[in-house]
Amino acid sequence: MEKRVMLRIRNLNKSFGDLHVLKDIDMKVLESDVVCLIGSSGSGKSTLLRCLNFLEKRDSGQILIEGEEVNPETQNINKVREKVGMVFQHFHLFPHMTVIDNIIEAPVHVKKVPKKQALAEAKELLRKVGLEDKADVYPSKLSGGQKQRVAIARAMAMKPDVLLFDEPTSALDPELVGEVLSTMKELAEDGMTMVVVTHEMSFAREVSDWIVFMQEGRVIESGPPEEFFTNPKETRTKEFLQTTVF
Amino acid sequence: MPSLSHFFETFFGKSNVFIDAMLLTLELTVVSIVVGIIIGLFFALLKVSNIKILGYISDVYIYLVRGTPLIVQIFILYFGISSIFLLPDFWAASLALALHNGAYIAEIFRGTIQSIEKGQLEAGRSLGMSPALTLRRIILPQAFRRALPPLGNQFIIGLKDSSLAAFISMDELFNVATTLGSNNFDEMTYLLIVAVYYLILVAILTIIVNLIEKKLSISDR
Repeated sequence: MEKRVMLRIRNLNKSFGDLHVLKDIDMKVLESDVVCLIGSSGSGKSTLLRCLNFLEKRDSGQILIEGEEVNPETQNINKVREKVGMVFQHFHLFPHMTVIDNIIEAPVHVKKVPKKQALAEAKELLRKVGLEDKADVYPSKLSGGQKQRVAIARAMAMKPDVLLFDEPTSALDPELVGEVLSTMKELAEDGMTMVVVTHEMSFAREVSDWIVFMQEGRVIESGPPEEFFTNPKETRTKEFLQTTVF
Repeated sequence: MPSLSHFFETFFGKSNVFIDAMLLTLELTVVSIVVGIIIGLFFALLKVSNIKILGYISDVYIYLVRGTPLIVQIFILYFGISSIFLLPDFWAASLALALHNGAYIAEIFRGTIQSIEKGQLEAGRSLGMSPALTLRRIILPQAFRRALPPLGNQFIIGLKDSSLAAFISMDELFNVATTLGSNNFDEMTYLLIVAVYYLILVAILTIIVNLIEKKLSISDR
């Protein structure tokens, strides 16, 4: 069966002052696919991700979610953001709330889900990320890996159509990376559509359905992981893969 | 210097008068702090609003208040405003103190709001929360917590500043002390007594602020 196109980006451009960070980006993400954005620092992959959630304003180009163009100037951007979840490098949990309150905050106050129902759903999500015993703990008591798993549960609580990950394991101690990656892997197996900016090449290779390699604000090469990693076409991709540790 | 027995005799002998005066001081302080917090929060929000003109309005207010002595502000409100419409003494004093506290509290709130990491705002926004909701649920609770130590300091200053209301003949602590002192040709005794009252009030205020701080910092433990 042909998969639906969840996200479509056409001719996206973005500059910070004189710095042209995204140049004519074209890309699509199919339903329940995992797309990994890879490339060295400063290649524009995080900025691209932030544009997809409208945390950065694009200068030109189109972003379509489920076939509908999204324009933050004319549409209620909060509604769009309910569909597109985001997981940050530095977690950004709300420190003044317990874990469970972090998770139910948006469902209760944005979607107006009854608190009882939100709590039940949050507990289920916590069980899924393996932290059901941490519901009433404050974030300061959690390890980095646990914080990131809570952040994933918090984003999932809004039942987004797409989940964006901005270098979700880059701020973690090496021994904590695995638990976050396996949580993400489970999400992928459940059919969640995900766009992941990552430096974890083995994760990209194993879990993703599509790889997008960026350099200097452009998409250099994209393709399914097996082909991309074993038989890259572009010289710059080959150079990048040679210098990258797996 | 008064003898110790004379001091205690007067302290307890006049306690009725002083307790009335203390209650007035407390009323002035509480009203001026509560109204000051509202004013301060309002001008802090103007300042962080990203709308330049609102920021300037806030700047002007803070400059005017910080740039003039409190006693001048009290007199302006008392003599100036009261000549236009009748403002009871208590409210002239309270309002002047509130406007004064408000400027300092605005600066405290502005600092702590800006000290909250940008990621908190982005996290709220990425969950579909509106800017106002993010401010109310995410930013302000954290900013208020960080503001507590400097706010406590400002409350103590506000309490002591209320003594300036004596100059528009409010019978608060300081006025009662100086009046009784000169009537009885015994200024030093009464000034020492009033100092003790202020010290007690400051101690109570400090304990209250510490308790709130402790309660709110529960998430750090």
